Amino acid sequence: MKRFTLVQLLSVISLLLALCSPAFSDSLDPFKGEKGVLKISGGTAHIPVMKDVAQQIMARNPEIQITIAGGGSGVGIKQVGEGLVNIGNSGRKPTDEEISRYQLLLFQWAIDGVAPVVNPKNRVKGLTKSQMIDIFAGKIGNWKELGGEYRAINVYTRDEASGTREVFWKKGLDKGQITPGAHVVVSNGAMKTAIGQDPYGIGYVSVGHIDKTVASVALDGVVPTNATVQDGSFKIARGLYSNTKGDPAGLTLKFLDFLFTADGKKIIEEHGFIPAK
Amino acid sequence: MKRFGEMLAERTFLLSALASSSITLAILAFMVFMGLPLMKEGGFFQLLLKPWAPFQGSFGIYPMIVGTGAISFLSLVFAFPLSLGCSFLIGAIGPRPVRRGFRRLIELMTGIPTVIYGFVGIFLLVPIIRELFQQGSGLCILTAALVLGLMITPTMTLFFCDSFDRIPRSFLDAADALGASPVQKLLYVILPSAKKGMLNGVILALGRAVGDTLIALMIAGNAIRVPESVLDPARTLTAHIALVIAADYDSPEFRSIFTCGIVLYLFTMAVTFLVRYLGQAEGRRE
Repeated sequence: MKRFTLVQLLSVISLLLALCSPAFSDSLDPFKGEKGVLKISGGTAHIPVMKDVAQQIMARNPEIQITIAGGGSGVGIKQVGEGLVNIGNSGRKPTDEEISRYQLLLFQWAIDGVAPVVNPKNRVKGLTKSQMIDIFAGKIGNWKELGGEYRAINVYTRDEASGTREVFWKKGLDKGQITPGAHVVVSNGAMKTAIGQDPYGIGYVSVGHIDKTVASVALDGVVPTNATVQDGSFKIARGLYSNTKGDPAGLTLKFLDFLFTADGKKIIEEHGFIPAK
Repeated sequence: MKRFGEMLAERTFLLSALASSSITLAILAFMVFMGLPLMKEGGFFQLLLKPWAPFQGSFGIYPMIVGTGAISFLSLVFAFPLSLGCSFLIGAIGPRPVRRGFRRLIELMTGIPTVIYGFVGIFLLVPIIRELFQQGSGLCILTAALVLGLMITPTMTLFFCDSFDRIPRSFLDAADALGASPVQKLLYVILPSAKKGMLNGVILALGRAVGDTLIALMIAGNAIRVPESVLDPARTLTAHIALVIAADYDSPEFRSIFTCGIVLYLFTMAVTFLVRYLGQAEGRRE
């Protein structure tokens, strides 16, 4: 009799465990029995999503190892083209020249805005586009001119390989000059740290990266959020791409496929991006 | 048999010496070769004096040379007196247990990765500098030089201590016999005879300061304008290489960083030769 209750207890526990297990059972099924190493690098806006997806896959399949590195869009395209990684992420569409030279295949899995950000302590919450262009060109040099404190504006920008910089420069600044006195940081994360630390700084990050450490700035009255990026009223937006050299196969293909499943889209949404249709 | 073994060892060592010295030269040759197309276009010296504006087709590295010079020399200015004080305490004046304890601590400090210094600098020093001067972002030459100075201090201190230790015992005994106080002994016996070793320490620390990438990349602000004050952000040659290396392989941006490499290489070489020369001059005078 006693033994029977133990069996009962065990079955109840296992049933409970089965119920509590992650709801990704369907989308993660293809990874069953897979093993090997998947290397990903490039765009820093992609990293939170990549990390989450990789964690879920690896938690269920200990034989799979996924490594994620940053470096920026330029690095992602270069490394996947040279065969150093399986997936090279870019926050801009690779140029035709890059696509033909490396035989790249593009997978656009999300849309993302690029928004100007300031420190949460900053009183300035909105700018016109021409004001923003003047700030980044160094023509407006003090927050006082914009209704803020009497302190010099510290402009932050990204390095040459950044896809975020390219999109912001093209669509946000209309290819205007960025002052050579601007501070240069190397990733979306570093930009957030820099602006979060500097009460007089202004920079730009991917909308998906905006959290309470930085405050987004409304542009011509439009607050950059997922909704405004999606309906097109916030204009500075770009696709997030994962690129492969030639047709993907095996683990690479399954990883990319996962991004387009319902569960993949949920992760993308959770991180503040708009999943591609 | 023994002779054969000896010969084998000799050849092996010769080979490894040849390999390491030829690699040093091969690196220079490689950098010159890779940088050649851009150098032909603009001329090496023009590249050194022009600003960095890749979208206007100007790939000069003048601002970075100024940045490197300013940050590394300023860090030396901070680190030298600090190291001098530390080494006096450890090498000459302090009581024995204090000396040993501090020496261990300094040795430990040389092993701390530079990224830790950078991190501490960003979160502690940057806000202080920003609010203290009420100007700029705090990411500037001054902050980077302070952190870099802190980083090279242990290296310099250890070099100073070692050169103090090398002073012949008889010198110190003679000073003691004449009734010299520890401070007199330090000023009139130890310092003059340790000069050469100390110079080596300074130069080596300068080399570390010039070659360090991460602290400048994290703290100096990386702006491409020629800095006008120590509170302006600036970019060093090493940080510039780290920032541009992600660019397209075939782009002139990418090729221009080989010029940076050559400048860094030549700078280090010049410094090394200077040390040798000064050392020899010192030797002749004695």
